[in-house]
Amino acid sequence: MTPGLLPMPLVDYLALSAVMFFIGVTGVIVRRNPLVMLMSIELMFNAANLLFVAYARAWLNDAGHIFAFLVITVAAAEAAIALAIVVIAFRASKNVDVDEASALRG
Amino acid sequence: MSVLFWGLAVVLVASAMWTIMASKPVYSVVALLANFFALAVLYLTLSAEFLAMIQLIVYSGAILVLFLFVIAMLSSGVASFSVGPNRLPRIAVPAVLLVLIALGLVVVGIFMPHPAPLPLAGAAVNAGAVGDANVFGSVADFGRALFTTYLLPFEVTALILMVAVIGVIVLAGEHAPYVGTPRRAEEVRKSLREAIAREGD
Repeated sequence: MTPGLLPMPLVDYLALSAVMFFIGVTGVIVRRNPLVMLMSIELMFNAANLLFVAYARAWLNDAGHIFAFLVITVAAAEAAIALAIVVIAFRASKNVDVDEASALRG
Repeated sequence: MSVLFWGLAVVLVASAMWTIMASKPVYSVVALLANFFALAVLYLTLSAEFLAMIQLIVYSGAILVLFLFVIAMLSSGVASFSVGPNRLPRIAVPAVLLVLIALGLVVVGIFMPHPAPLPLAGAAVNAGAVGDANVFGSVADFGRALFTTYLLPFEVTALILMVAVIGVIVLAGEHAPYVGTPRRAEEVRKSLREAIAREGD
């Protein structure tokens, strides 16, 4: 099926990536600490990157590598801005529970 | 190769679980570090050597250190930092059940028979060993693609990083917390100063 002769079948990478992605989703849902939630988002980014790299290898096409590179860039920018928001929210309220940060709730 | 893959898969899933279950954010960072290292090794087995190094340098070197700095900054002198945020929100149980159902659907979809997609035109055919120059995934190959075919996306990353830098300066820079007008910001700063003075008493 794959011209690039992957080390493992592609479905194995798909399954591993799906499991990692949903662990990240669970982390965002369950944890109330914004830092752990951000780390769960990084987990989801990495699950997506794993699929990009696996498919790039399967089809021997560089586009997947470039896209993974873009995702890493976006993840770095997202982490920087989100951590800045966490810091100013903490400065303002001395609290890091996201359920308490409800000032914008309608 | 399959021993390596499944070993790495176990490390990846276990460290991901540890990341979301750790009682302190610092432990989460350590677990995430293990996750990123295992992923970098997995990238090497997929002949993405440049991305493996980027994974280590950018993710482990930059992003995780940023997390550590923020944890160190926020948790100094705040005993309750890692205690309060650990209780479950009310929606947690149904939400996690939904997530598990979605994961089951994804896994079922993965193992259903797929039509084989056609190989993309112009794909390189040479997938040599890791470390060879001028084969798929090597630094030379990646760089050639990055600076020719995908030059525009590469330049867009510069814009994204600049937006991030400006955003962080606006959010947490000299005039932070910047809330609305400069006068409002001055009021916020004044009330913060008072709050800090009260804390000192």
